[in-house]
Amino acid sequence: MKKFILVIFALVPMLVLASGGGVHLDKAGNDLSDKESLKRGFDSYVSYCLGCHQLQYQRYNRTFVDLGISEEDGMAKYLLNGQRPGDHITNAMPAKDAAKWFGSAPPDLTLEARLRSPDWIYTYLRSFYLDSERPFGVNNKVFKDVGMPHVLQGLQGVRGIDEHGNLTPAVGGSMTEEEYDAFARDLSNFMEYVGEPNKLERESMGYWVLGFLFIFFILSYLLKVEYWRDVH
Amino acid sequence: MSNAPVNNGRRRFLTAATAVVGGVGVAGVAVPFIASWNPSARAKAAGAPVEVNVGKIQPGQLIRAEWRGKPVYVVRRSEKMLADLAKHEDQLKDPESLEEQQPSYATNAHRSIKPEFMVALGVCTHLGCAPTHHKGDFGEKVEGVSDGFFCPCHGSKFDMAGRVFQSVPAPTNLMVPEHSFLTEDTLLIGVGQGEV
Amino acid sequence: MLVKLFTDFMGWIDKRLPVTDAWNKHLAQYPAPKNFNFWYFFGSLAMLVLVNQILTGIWLTMNYEPSNEGAFASIEYIMRDVDYGWLLRYMHSTGASAFFIVVYMHMMRGLMYGSYQKPRELLWIFGMLIFLVLMAEAFMGYLLPWGNMSYWGAQVIISLFGNVPIIGDDLTLWIRGDYVISGATLNRFFALHVIALPLVLVILVFLHILALHEVGSNNPEGIDIKKPKGSIKPEELSKFEFHKQYTAKYDIVDAIPFHPYYSVKDIMGVAGFLIIFCWVMFFAPEGGGYFMEAPNFEPANGLKTPEHIAPVWYFGPYYTILRVIPHPLLGAIGMFSAIIVLFLLPWFDRGVVKSIKYRSKAHLINLIQFSICFIILGVLGTLPATPVYNMIGVFASFGYFGFFVALWFYSKNEKTKPVPERISG
Repeated sequence: MKKFILVIFALVPMLVLASGGGVHLDKAGNDLSDKESLKRGFDSYVSYCLGCHQLQYQRYNRTFVDLGISEEDGMAKYLLNGQRPGDHITNAMPAKDAAKWFGSAPPDLTLEARLRSPDWIYTYLRSFYLDSERPFGVNNKVFKDVGMPHVLQGLQGVRGIDEHGNLTPAVGGSMTEEEYDAFARDLSNFMEYVGEPNKLERESMGYWVLGFLFIFFILSYLLKVEYWRDVH
Repeated sequence: MSNAPVNNGRRRFLTAATAVVGGVGVAGVAVPFIASWNPSARAKAAGAPVEVNVGKIQPGQLIRAEWRGKPVYVVRRSEKMLADLAKHEDQLKDPESLEEQQPSYATNAHRSIKPEFMVALGVCTHLGCAPTHHKGDFGEKVEGVSDGFFCPCHGSKFDMAGRVFQSVPAPTNLMVPEHSFLTEDTLLIGVGQGEV
Repeated sequence: MLVKLFTDFMGWIDKRLPVTDAWNKHLAQYPAPKNFNFWYFFGSLAMLVLVNQILTGIWLTMNYEPSNEGAFASIEYIMRDVDYGWLLRYMHSTGASAFFIVVYMHMMRGLMYGSYQKPRELLWIFGMLIFLVLMAEAFMGYLLPWGNMSYWGAQVIISLFGNVPIIGDDLTLWIRGDYVISGATLNRFFALHVIALPLVLVILVFLHILALHEVGSNNPEGIDIKKPKGSIKPEELSKFEFHKQYTAKYDIVDAIPFHPYYSVKDIMGVAGFLIIFCWVMFFAPEGGGYFMEAPNFEPANGLKTPEHIAPVWYFGPYYTILRVIPHPLLGAIGMFSAIIVLFLLPWFDRGVVKSIKYRSKAHLINLIQFSICFIILGVLGTLPATPVYNMIGVFASFGYFGFFVALWFYSKNEKTKPVPERISG
């Protein structure tokens, strides 16, 4: 056990150095009130990510309501056979097989935006580059030696890396750079939403509570001054 | 409070105003605590309406569905069962279903939407046991009535429309849940007719 | 009519349980010095946060699932599926950090005005016990979300017990109830967090207040408001009526009844505090990653260590002391000593003058350097251990312990300013 502590002490600084600390993240500029963007992000998530990455804590019907999708439309478009609108957003990939295919099971991404930050997701999606030494032929600038293939390569195209470690412009994708950035932003926006679905409600409630407390503070201040006239 | 040497209008007003606003605040704080006892999204998802395929039920046969953790009896009544319903009304407590134990669209002689399908909670209105279905041998319980439900706990008896007989502990007819037909053969339990 | 009914009812009660007498003794006729300042808000605020933690805690327990398989998911269930569950959880998580902010301020007040000195040693010790139990409570509570930081934070702290000579390894095994931190550990931490420690905490708070009201409140001047019976001219006595328990033996001067004067003032303090508290809770519940740490949004994983294990900020000072001492056993001893010296503070300080206002320059400088070192240690606790930071940490640790040592020396024959007889103004 003593060794363990020593190892922790020795590892911590190394790990911090290894993580590179200051990877530059591009600003996603998310807007959770932009429901069209959230819907596009949800669409993209279901099309490109859900096959491997579940959102096992989030329910379909909650997502429909929050994104302004009617239940019939949502059921027809997103639910698999036998799924009900109250079900969690899961896939049918058996975790054991997944671990065999990718080295480790693809993680659930419900809370990814809170674990890593929305900007990280935005930057990550745009930072794949060719690396012949990796099993899937790609590596990622913000997630070194990432275990997943570049699923969106068909959209973005491929990027290389020059001798200074800078990524070269993508070539061969079906989207322009602007289109792909917008695509990544929508996904990041959706994942920020899914990380904390009640964020907008929380903030709007906050204004009311603070307003109320401000009034209460003024009243209690006046009351205090009134009573303390006895003392002074 | 014996120490308040002065007492003027301003002090009384401010005390009352702070108390009222503070009271509103306390009530506001109570909201999340109270609201968190409502059925959660998980409970609601589990309690969502249940679809039952009734196409393959034989005349006279009963199937059990589960809705919100309770058994729902679905019976395709035979011609004879339907015809018999009118014959023993003098022995029933509430033959015309005046007690609101069914949605308005099921307040009729057969207590259902379609005459052939009986839909009722399999929960005795006395103390919540599950009545058993007696097909053809109900005469042992009520003379001259061949089909019905008998509650093994305290002997309550119901006919093939879930109506309770006289002189048994159960006070009311069996509860008919909200239900509707999505298609000819698909029964939806939990959503009333006209709501979808 | 209603008034008479109420008086009769209270009369009936009072014959059987002295409720009115207790109300008078502890609130309406409790003599509080009239010069409490900003620093005196934190006692009542600590009480407010305690109530918040207990209530939200009880409500969280209703939906939380203390198991290896279900704990993490049940938190997300509370955050998403339970009506206002997210609010209850944020109240609890923000409350945890607020508790330590308030308690540290409350302790700082004690240091500045000598509230630990004779005759308030026992009061201080009850307070320190509260602080100790609070740290245990917070530590165990932090495991419950079963996130990866919960897991590894607990791993590191429990491993400390492995440094105990001879029985260390068996001790850690016994604490965990497994070869690694597991559902067994989670379950016992849960039981302690929701039942045992809160019970102890409430009893200690009760004793803390009882001890306070026995010796009476200190004040920013450090001047006693209890004067020998008969030493004060009748016209100089307070115009307020105090409970006979206090006036029987002493003449009380420069005091006001706690209620209504300090109760209305504390309500104002509560309102001010809640503005800050709610601002954090509604707009930054993660507290910039300090109140809720990012790696905790990933389930506990015994095979994957977070890149940078940091304890929650409020353990920072003690964690840094542990870390800067290169020997693990000595490090643990150092960390626990840092808390033990606080217990012994009333005996390190051999002075008789209480308030910083009338004490020597040396004491002022010593207290300032102590506060700065404490903050530095706290900040370092949340940062990765680099050689430079370690060096700073060593200096700050010396500053921390140096405060007590220096105090012991200079307080014996300290050059203090004359303390007035009475609180002015």
